[in-house]
Amino acid sequence: MASTINPPAGAGTLMSGSHILLECLVREGVDLIFGYPGGVTLPFYDAMYDHQIQHVLVRHEQNAAFAAQGYSRATGKVGVCCATSGPGAMNLVTGLVDAMMDSIPVVAITGQVTSKLIGTDAFQEADTFGITRPATKHNFMVKHVSELPRIIHEAFYIATTGRPGPVLVDIPKDIFQGSTQYQPVDSIHLPGYKLYTEGHTGQIRRAAQMIWEAERPMVYAGGGIIHSHAHNELRELVELADLPCVNTLMGLGALPGNHRNFISMPGMHGSYAANMGMYNTDLIIALGVRFDDRVTGRLNAFAPHAKVIHVDIDPSEISKIRNAELPIVGDAKKVLTKLNKVMRELEPEMRAQKSSARAEWWNTIRGWMEQHPLKPEFSVDEIKPQHLMAEIDSISGGEAIVTTDVGQHQMWAAQLIRYNHPRLWINSGGLGTMGFGLPSAIGAQFACPDKLVFSICGDGGFQMSIPEFATIANHKLPVKIIVMNNGYLGMVRQWQELFYNNRLSEVTLDSFPEAHLLAGAYGFKGKTISKPEKLRPALLEAVNEPGPYFLNVRVTPFENVYPMVPAGGAINEMVLGQPQPVAVAS
Amino acid sequence: MRVVGVLAARNYNVESLTVARTLDDTLSRMTIVVDVEHKVRAQVVKQLNKLVNVLQAADLTEERSVAREMVLLRVRAEMSNRTAILKEAEIFQARVVDSSVEGFAIECTGDPEKLDEFIDLMRSYGEIEVTRSGLVAVTLEPKKLRLATPVPMGAAEEEEQERVLSK
Repeated sequence: MASTINPPAGAGTLMSGSHILLECLVREGVDLIFGYPGGVTLPFYDAMYDHQIQHVLVRHEQNAAFAAQGYSRATGKVGVCCATSGPGAMNLVTGLVDAMMDSIPVVAITGQVTSKLIGTDAFQEADTFGITRPATKHNFMVKHVSELPRIIHEAFYIATTGRPGPVLVDIPKDIFQGSTQYQPVDSIHLPGYKLYTEGHTGQIRRAAQMIWEAERPMVYAGGGIIHSHAHNELRELVELADLPCVNTLMGLGALPGNHRNFISMPGMHGSYAANMGMYNTDLIIALGVRFDDRVTGRLNAFAPHAKVIHVDIDPSEISKIRNAELPIVGDAKKVLTKLNKVMRELEPEMRAQKSSARAEWWNTIRGWMEQHPLKPEFSVDEIKPQHLMAEIDSISGGEAIVTTDVGQHQMWAAQLIRYNHPRLWINSGGLGTMGFGLPSAIGAQFACPDKLVFSICGDGGFQMSIPEFATIANHKLPVKIIVMNNGYLGMVRQWQELFYNNRLSEVTLDSFPEAHLLAGAYGFKGKTISKPEKLRPALLEAVNEPGPYFLNVRVTPFENVYPMVPAGGAINEMVLGQPQPVAVAS
Repeated sequence: MRVVGVLAARNYNVESLTVARTLDDTLSRMTIVVDVEHKVRAQVVKQLNKLVNVLQAADLTEERSVAREMVLLRVRAEMSNRTAILKEAEIFQARVVDSSVEGFAIECTGDPEKLDEFIDLMRSYGEIEVTRSGLVAVTLEPKKLRLATPVPMGAAEEEEQERVLSK
């Protein structure tokens, strides 16, 4: 392994496992790996030393997985992360489960102790293969260096096809070091991995009929639209039949946020109009969604009058939660292309049939939107968190990438910032992981160097990822780190206020670092603001700064997110506004 | 490991699981008995089919199929009731596989309910130790295994390219 010359790639060349791995990654179009080296990955990092693939050294392996996700979520390409055996691999796990929940294609390469030592409780040994089995779509352990090309290409194939997801490849140190005649793989053969992408033609025709026949249809579109690049087809469907459309948290940007048919997000913190629409609809056109409990609320009170058309590439999502009257297993883009064609064929005879009912439905929805719009709140003394989001929205104009963690800031950012394209809104949806926003912004900024990237965090999640300030400073990434600082774990406090008698248990976050000192310690600018009139100038200063910028925004401490469907509640029974703010007992 | 993991993670109650290799010794066949509500059955099969190295999972609950289980049990037998035990074994078409002064080891095959009865009966003769195999089943309707065909390398990426370009 002393050689640092990259051997020429090609069939029959004697190559080390490390070089074969790099060669396979190049073949897969990988140009960037987020990782952290360690004992057993030494041979791989040695091979990487003078290789064309760029490696970004994060400061914690968990953030390598999040950064790979940010890269993937911003582009649709596979994000690659790498960690050493034992603790390194274990630190990836949260990021893998997060990618699994949101169906993000990530390939994780982990080192493993030398084959002979496996099972002996060797130094830095962990059963990565066993532990990541339920954390990934599929995982591999490489037993022989000759298997490496097949496994790497299978890993990428599985990660990107069907319902995307994370795949982990565990590679013992001796496999990196071993060498073999490199035989490039020319086909993938996974007999048990069956993909159903086309959609049943007869079912698609029936779906078109049902859509034209519905009086109160509602499109419920989610992350699947974004994964399958089906946003144009979605827009076409929505426009051609003038359908109201809600986008889930994972689907924001699938239909542009400024589109007139876009009703906003449904669910626990969805808008009044979106939830009333979902409650009263007679036909749910579910596209790449999974009827998450945060969307449906109490299941028997969810869309009680509706039939369901459910399009999903994963057969196990169909009728998992809500029975689908019309299931279509297929890729959203392919199915929607066909559906739109049939919709047009049927249009001349069917368009007029329900036009008055449909006009009335739109009037009702517009009424709900006017009655209780999602609108920011302002105060003269304090910065309301909604005010912060409204200013970011105004600066972004629906064009900036926004990453978040989980919690109040995430919900306000979802409600109040528009996303006019897919892949702008990057958040931890399914798993709801704190600390996700900052590292995923790093990945997104690497993927889109010219885009404006806001990493919006709460003061809780932010403190879980502070080490990545070093990565940001290292690469002078112009990420705009905005902390919505209310001094609390806001969402947990909101629940304690509402459901636990206002007994605020362990949710106060004191001792937040001085922003300018913290950022300054890493060599970039930072600032704290707390006055509403300072907000816009400060955000503009951040955006105009060529490098990274850390803006700590002190917001109203006791603001809560509304509307709110309490857990287990019915979606048409939202709590629309703040009762009275309650002060903490001193 | 993957199969058991998926079933456990989805909170399905596994009653038995048997596994052995097939005619093709790179493949195994499993018979799994899962105790779930009627409407969850389809979901169990879908979840198993999602596993990359499961070739095909099928639900035999309502299919024409034969299911059998084997029990191996040791019964402590007094000299006085050895003949009676052998008679009972014969009724159940069970086979004595070992005989000693302490008692018998007996093998019996059948459907699980029949085995329950056999075990109860043997218990009435004295101390027993029981090993059950779990159910194995075979469908009586010939099924063609549907498998994915090889995909040329780069096919997925080309399609992905097309998608991105068609934006």
